[in-house]
Amino acid sequence: MRVMAGISALDRKLVRDLARIWPQALAIALVLASGVATLILAIGAYRSLEETRRLYYTDHAFADVFATATRAPRWVETRIQEMPGVALAEARIARYAVLDIEGMIEPATGLAQSLPDHKPSILNRPYVRAGRPPEPGAASEVMVNETFATAHALRIGDGFHAILNGHKRRLTIVGIALSPEHIYAIGPGDLMPDHRRFAVMWMSEAALEAAYGLDGAFNSITLKLASDAREREVIERVDEVLSRYGGTGAYARADQISHAFLDAELKQLAALSRVIPPVFLLVSAFLLNMTLQRMIALEREQIGLIKALGYSSFAVGAHYLKLVSLIALVGIAIGFALGTWFGASLTRLYGKFFQFPFLVFERDGDLYVIAAALTLAAACIGALRAVLDALALAPAVAMNPPTPHRYGHLPGEASGAYRWLSQMTVMSLRNMIRFPMRAALTALGLALAVSLLVLSLFTFDAVEAMIDSTFFRSQRQHATINFTDDASARVTADVRNLPGVLRVEPFRNAGARLKNGHLSRRVSLVGRPAGTVLTQQLDLDLKPVAVPEDGILLNKRLADVLSLRRGDFVEVELLEGHRGTRWVRVTDVIESYIGLVALMRIDRLDVLLRDGRAVSGADIAYDQSREADLFREIKRTPKVNSIELQRRVLTLFRATLAENINMMTSIYIGLAVIVAFGVIYNSARIQLSERARDLASLRVLGFHRSEVARVLFTELALLALLAQPLGWLIGYWLSWITIQSFASDLYTTPFVIETATYGKASLVTLAAAIASAFVVRKRIDKLDLVAVLKTKE
Amino acid sequence: MSDIVFEARDLTKIYRTGEVEVRALNGVDLELYAGELVVLLGPSGSGKSTLLNILGGLDRPTSGVCRFRHLDLTRLDDSSLTAYRRRYVGFVFQFYNLIPSLTARENVALVTEIADNPMSPCEALELVGLGPRIDHFPAELSGGEQQRVAIARAIAKRPEVLLCDEPTGALDSHTGVRVLEAITAVNAELGTTTAIITHNAAIKDIAHRVCIFADGRIAETRVNATRVTPAEVSW
Repeated sequence: MRVMAGISALDRKLVRDLARIWPQALAIALVLASGVATLILAIGAYRSLEETRRLYYTDHAFADVFATATRAPRWVETRIQEMPGVALAEARIARYAVLDIEGMIEPATGLAQSLPDHKPSILNRPYVRAGRPPEPGAASEVMVNETFATAHALRIGDGFHAILNGHKRRLTIVGIALSPEHIYAIGPGDLMPDHRRFAVMWMSEAALEAAYGLDGAFNSITLKLASDAREREVIERVDEVLSRYGGTGAYARADQISHAFLDAELKQLAALSRVIPPVFLLVSAFLLNMTLQRMIALEREQIGLIKALGYSSFAVGAHYLKLVSLIALVGIAIGFALGTWFGASLTRLYGKFFQFPFLVFERDGDLYVIAAALTLAAACIGALRAVLDALALAPAVAMNPPTPHRYGHLPGEASGAYRWLSQMTVMSLRNMIRFPMRAALTALGLALAVSLLVLSLFTFDAVEAMIDSTFFRSQRQHATINFTDDASARVTADVRNLPGVLRVEPFRNAGARLKNGHLSRRVSLVGRPAGTVLTQQLDLDLKPVAVPEDGILLNKRLADVLSLRRGDFVEVELLEGHRGTRWVRVTDVIESYIGLVALMRIDRLDVLLRDGRAVSGADIAYDQSREADLFREIKRTPKVNSIELQRRVLTLFRATLAENINMMTSIYIGLAVIVAFGVIYNSARIQLSERARDLASLRVLGFHRSEVARVLFTELALLALLAQPLGWLIGYWLSWITIQSFASDLYTTPFVIETATYGKASLVTLAAAIASAFVVRKRIDKLDLVAVLKTKE
Repeated sequence: MSDIVFEARDLTKIYRTGEVEVRALNGVDLELYAGELVVLLGPSGSGKSTLLNILGGLDRPTSGVCRFRHLDLTRLDDSSLTAYRRRYVGFVFQFYNLIPSLTARENVALVTEIADNPMSPCEALELVGLGPRIDHFPAELSGGEQQRVAIARAIAKRPEVLLCDEPTGALDSHTGVRVLEAITAVNAELGTTTAIITHNAAIKDIAHRVCIFADGRIAETRVNATRVTPAEVSW
């Protein structure tokens, strides 16, 4: 052993001990690695995304405040620019338009945004990936967002048709770009980005002015705030100025849809990093504790001898801590590699959902240092008791065999309650109660594996519940048509005359700020007629409720953030029509998982707005066999601004979530299996080491291998069964915490865990436990019967 | 005594550890007869335990033949050897090998639960004089008491043979005598063929026959014309 030259005798023992217990050490190291990996994965991806976003926002001057109007003269831009707190302001034209793309039957929606002519844009500057921005005044040139171009395989020089202000025009693609404003490029009313059906179209300012009759005017403005600006005050001032030009209420970056979605995702990652890694650290601390205690018990005489030879207690303690640290270091190294790899994969996956021109992978040393320090600390805390035991052993005592374990009767045994059990089962049960802490920790370790699985699998239940309530109970329309401007109620009749249309239910939207004291939210107040069939409101028990004749319905999320209950009055600050503040009673709180919902009767909304009857759009049901005719007609209808197709939204929603959830679930299942395997393997190995003599005696007495294995596995099986309900409970609790931290104004997730989910979690854990038992079973088969009989216990 | 229970012919057992070869048995021939009590006497390393392990189905010879009745033990696989031990053999070891989490009665019941025609655990414990302490755990019993539980456990299934490996090795003379009394009582009352391994020459006089081991062989076989009772033995 030349390689060991120069290594102290105790350290040689350490190396050989590690070589001897390597399967157990590896199992523990893998659990530790899982903790490190999840920590680095979640925090690493969080930081990478946040840093990517920060750089992108800074480089491309993403605005702080956004506002729209119907038509504001150009000089208003200067007035806003000169407002205190405003560093930069840039006015533009932004309008939705229906698109007609070759080879696609259904109409798409485009957001036409102007780029200043003859000067570069100063805010929300697009990142030009290919080609160039449109020439000033070039009415048929367009620069489109990359995902739309990719979805249709459109290249520079290709074209499509757009209905701009009722006029169909062929546009030629001259550039392909990305924008900090559309990192999450989502169309109006969509739940997920639909790259085929939504386009961002940058066009010449002059061209859009001409197309929409907005010469010398704008309908959208974005602002960069000065560093000392008070956001709320600026918003109020902007609202005041724009109110006479049809302003619909300025909003801050936090309410900008793309930013908000990205924020919600970051929040989820942060939650992940708080919930998952501690589970692994806890399990590994307990595994180390268990393994080291057994090792020290086995090496009792050696410890006595080492001390008798003159080594200090400190040296002995340090020896075992070194062993633990080495295992932890292996875990940390594996965790670093896995975490970095998973983190990069996750960041890349996010890169598919969120459109960045580049991805920054954050590899800050501090994250790795923190992960390593936490893991080492958990490992050392786990080992502490065992090491203290080793320290406390006096040499003279240590060199004598330990006092044999005293077993006792089971509770209630005197009554004969266990008479029907075999002696083998009694052995298992007595052993379990003889070491209650170890039994409890083994059960807890397995329970945590179960809980991790419940936590990851329940997302499928939650999403299915969300889909069921949203698409099958609440929004049952085939499509939603949005009109260019609020139209007169007559338009409803026009829609009814479209080919194949079976039912039309109009609605009206109005921008409003709902307030309760200092709490406020900017929402789109929706008005619907009585007796709608296509759309339905669901109460908190998911039973349909009618839109009340008077008052307002709020969804639970909105009621919660505004701290309102049924019967309370909410202050409604109207941002359209005859502005002003009204007080409306909250008639009921409804369940709707998507966005913030404030709903009232359409005629009451008309009265509230005091501007006559109007509709913003209509939900429709149509004859599916006439879909092509209907879409062809819609593409020709000037009044139509955009169209949402419910079925397509649902398909996309399922596909996107499936991809996202599947990846996370696979990772979680892998991690849970590692935990379950590690716990059972270590427990079984320790038990085997402690009870080898008993088991060999049974073999000598004529018990077959399978019968002997049963003694060991009965206890583990009992603990595994006990762990299931505990795991379900912890899983329920972890899921609840996660749901809470995932909730945002964009969506909330229903808290639903199906019975089958608990079943699946248990099946996976039990399968992992059985697999590890099989590995240990091989060792039982190799028990040396003769040797065991020759040794004194 | 013409009914042969065990028959060993030219048994050898060689252990190899690396390049070192140890010849534990070196051509042993032996017969054990039904109801006989035989003492296998010899110093440590003389091969007596190896022989007992082969007779008990715990080990296999390197060469030679070992038969139990018509059963050729050298040809049995692991599972059949287990079944053989389960059905025919009772073992008593120097270190008792009781299950610490089971009481005296339960240690015996462990075996009676899987035997075809066992006596009751209480009956077996009475036979070795342990009636009053049957519900104690091994840790609550003295060494002699533990060994008597081991004997009760070994004979409760009414085995054909009782193999005892240094049954008094860990006991003082007084306690050892009580254990030997239990063994001879079982041999006399149940007619169980019994082999006792010992390096304690004082025990040899309680047997019908004594086989003296040296260097892996049976150096000498003596028949005791008159046997002494365990009470007359001391060391």
